Amino acid sequence: MTQPLPASPLARGVVDAALARSLLEIALSSGGDWADLYFEYLTAADFVLEDEKVKSVGRGITCGLGVRVLKGDATGYAYCEQLDPEAMRRAARAAAQIAAAGASQPHEAVRSITLPDFYPVAQPSLAAIPDAKLELLRRADRAARAADPRIVKVSCSLAESLKEVVIVGADGRLARDTQPMVRFSVGVVAEEDGKRQSGSSGGGGRKGMEYFTEHSPEWHGAEAARVALAMLHAADAPAGEMEVVLGPGDSGILLHEAIGHGLEADFNRKQTSNYSGRVGQRVASTLCTVVDDGTIGHTRGAINVDDEGNEGRRNVLIQDGVLVDYMHDRLSAKHFRRTPSGNGRRESFRCQPLPRMTNTLLGAGPHDPDEIVRSVKRGIYARRFSGGQVNINNGDFVFSLTEGYLIEDGRITTPVKGVNLIGNGPDVLTKVTMLGRDFQLSDGMWTCGKDGQSVPVGVGTPTIKIAAMTVGGTKA
Amino acid sequence: MDLVEELQGIAQKAAAWAVAAGAEAAEVVVGDGVELTTKVRLGEPELVQEAGSRALGLRVFRDRRPAVTQTTDLSDDALRRFVQETVDLAKLSEPDELNQLPPDGSFATAIPDLDLFDERVLAITAAQGLALAKEAEAASRGFSPRITNSEGATFSRSSGARAFAIEGRGRAGFLAGYRSSGLSLVVEPLADDAGGKKRNGYWWTWSRFCDGLEPAAEVGREAARRVVAKLGAEKIPTARMPVVFDPQAGRALLGALAGVISGGAIYRRASYLLDREGTAIASPLVNVADDPLVPRAPGSRPYDGDGLPTRRNVVVEGGVLRTFLLDTYSARKLGRSSNGCAGRGIGGGPHVTTSNFVLAPGAAKREQLFAGLSRALYVTDLMGFGFNATTGDFSRGAAGFLVENGAPGRPVSEVTISANFDALWKSVDMVADDLDARSATACPSFRVSEMMVAGR
Repeated sequence: MTQPLPASPLARGVVDAALARSLLEIALSSGGDWADLYFEYLTAADFVLEDEKVKSVGRGITCGLGVRVLKGDATGYAYCEQLDPEAMRRAARAAAQIAAAGASQPHEAVRSITLPDFYPVAQPSLAAIPDAKLELLRRADRAARAADPRIVKVSCSLAESLKEVVIVGADGRLARDTQPMVRFSVGVVAEEDGKRQSGSSGGGGRKGMEYFTEHSPEWHGAEAARVALAMLHAADAPAGEMEVVLGPGDSGILLHEAIGHGLEADFNRKQTSNYSGRVGQRVASTLCTVVDDGTIGHTRGAINVDDEGNEGRRNVLIQDGVLVDYMHDRLSAKHFRRTPSGNGRRESFRCQPLPRMTNTLLGAGPHDPDEIVRSVKRGIYARRFSGGQVNINNGDFVFSLTEGYLIEDGRITTPVKGVNLIGNGPDVLTKVTMLGRDFQLSDGMWTCGKDGQSVPVGVGTPTIKIAAMTVGGTKA
Repeated sequence: MDLVEELQGIAQKAAAWAVAAGAEAAEVVVGDGVELTTKVRLGEPELVQEAGSRALGLRVFRDRRPAVTQTTDLSDDALRRFVQETVDLAKLSEPDELNQLPPDGSFATAIPDLDLFDERVLAITAAQGLALAKEAEAASRGFSPRITNSEGATFSRSSGARAFAIEGRGRAGFLAGYRSSGLSLVVEPLADDAGGKKRNGYWWTWSRFCDGLEPAAEVGREAARRVVAKLGAEKIPTARMPVVFDPQAGRALLGALAGVISGGAIYRRASYLLDREGTAIASPLVNVADDPLVPRAPGSRPYDGDGLPTRRNVVVEGGVLRTFLLDTYSARKLGRSSNGCAGRGIGGGPHVTTSNFVLAPGAAKREQLFAGLSRALYVTDLMGFGFNATTGDFSRGAAGFLVENGAPGRPVSEVTISANFDALWKSVDMVADDLDARSATACPSFRVSEMMVAGR
């Protein structure tokens, strides 16, 4: 069964070549050397189950136009929240002002371009009946509770959205895309003998309801319970430099922080990253090949088109340890005389695009994962993370472990309390001494923040051994 | 018509439509805002962004079942349809006797004027904003030849209004609104250090009123001073030692404390402070209050997100936890009454948020925090999210200065600091008098007698 989706003005053809032409004309009327239009219509819904009850059902519709005008390195930006002709013209005029009193600039004839389709969905999840989604939450809730009597609290949520965009540039290219997204998550609290611990599991992607045939709600419920129980009696973690083994999949967050952000070309255009001027140099161990890939079907980080109208692409950033290229948006591509790499992304029509990651991956290596663990005398095995952060300028980065274990004499032993791991990007990647054959993509749950803008991303890695990293435990 | 009255009119209209469409109660929040952001980098304009926005958030109850929605399309036709869809959406939800409006008669009746709005803010032009940013950045670059680059200087101003209408069959309603404004200036210079590392830092000023900003050049110079001081930063060997937090870094700890005394964390049993009311959770030097009624302050609000009156809540007094912060729902889950701590965005229902959440200043001068210390860490920057609210385990990346012979000396980076929060707050052994009240969560410098510092 399905339900009708709200009628999108973008689908109704409100945005056509004639409208785009008239707005581009206004945007370029003061002498700007580039302008683009970003029309967006976003429908979102969310469902929350808490204490075995549906706590909330929500829905939201966001619609608007962002107008950007570039003059040299300067950006004029304005947006409006109604697709009303007068409001749109006003936004175009406001953005135009960055180029003060120059001669009006021409734009190319507006024409639609054909895009690849990395996330065809037979039916967006938003069109599936809500009762089916509430049932998914109940299934996850039951599974988590059934996993163990020590599970005392369970909450589950499902968030879904469908974003329609029309992007038009001064080069006349008009791109239309429809971007589905589903995200499911389960959080639990386990209690025993006055000790408490939380655990969570989640995933999703640019998919419809078929996500749940591949990843059952029961699995996520049981997994959240497993994490909470595994960590319930965790021991104090050690402090200081030691060997660290990162499990496959979500450990890609290390890559995202340690090197990904530093390779976003806005920082390098401004010479503010510690990877500035290092193209062609060795920046990682020869085991490391890193790509940013927006073309992996149905993943959270996939994009048919970036938010400046350029096709999503697969870009090699580091080949066998040598820095090949940065990730570009329009501004940085022009600066470095490169073609835009399909990394110009934004959170919404309210934000200007920036160079951003899509799916950032470290390719598989030659080692057996068990052999990697066996090689460690005393260290940490990291499996799950709550997030990370990097200081672009000096390269220091952290990530927070939520499920980790001691490695003693080549064996994974005692669970240890959540700790922070800290390192320096250019330094840590040279210390990758072993790399597993077991490459894994993360399940779609990561969101990246930059300059106050959030965009969905993916990560992926095999098992990684780092020869020395600082572990922020409490035990000497 | 006055902007607040206009928004109240929209809110009332939407609430009435919801009740007419079959809801027994409806809450409507309407927000309107105008923002200008101007950024200068290396002396040239980099960004001028201007925008106005208006959005509406709706929560309805139908047969005791809630639904929460939001929209930016406020034309009459679209809004009427949206209200009907929201009322229909509530059928999917389940009745929850606790998840209902506050008791009849509990809504705020007198709405205090907290002096949150300066109409002159709106008149600041992009050219004026760029000029302020330029002056601040120039001062930072002129401070020292070691300043070699810049992330730029940004001036922003915002001006807006909120309205809140609640209507329910057979009970008194609520209608209120207020205007607010703010402006800020932030500067982020860079210096080149050995090994290709860049050192960054920033300084900022914020006010609701035009005359409340610090002089641009002073903001720039302070930012540069902080950056230059970091040149040559390195790891230190792993050891336990006293840790002094400056107000910028300490604020993050206070924010984490706010999370674990929030009613939502308590009823979800996801806080290490469960069952700890009335007991010592911190050193006797620790006094924390949440006060939404401070005139002109960043976190002030004249009524809460449930429509209840706001009030000052003493949270920690002499180290003893006096109360959790509760909204109507979390209070009912815990069998209590709200203490007026609901926040409310446009989207989403009410939930506990702090207002002006402040660690009270102590008697000590900042220098006294270092006196007599032979080896300690003075933390000025924190990184990451390493806090487990359920267990209280705290572990984050840190940078700052090594304290030797009673004073901060050489810069430190790439270390982590760790402790359990229970032990951390109990071992606060000195609180300075230098409260930095620019932000809603605010504290003075304070010292923790021992933490694990992991480095080399």
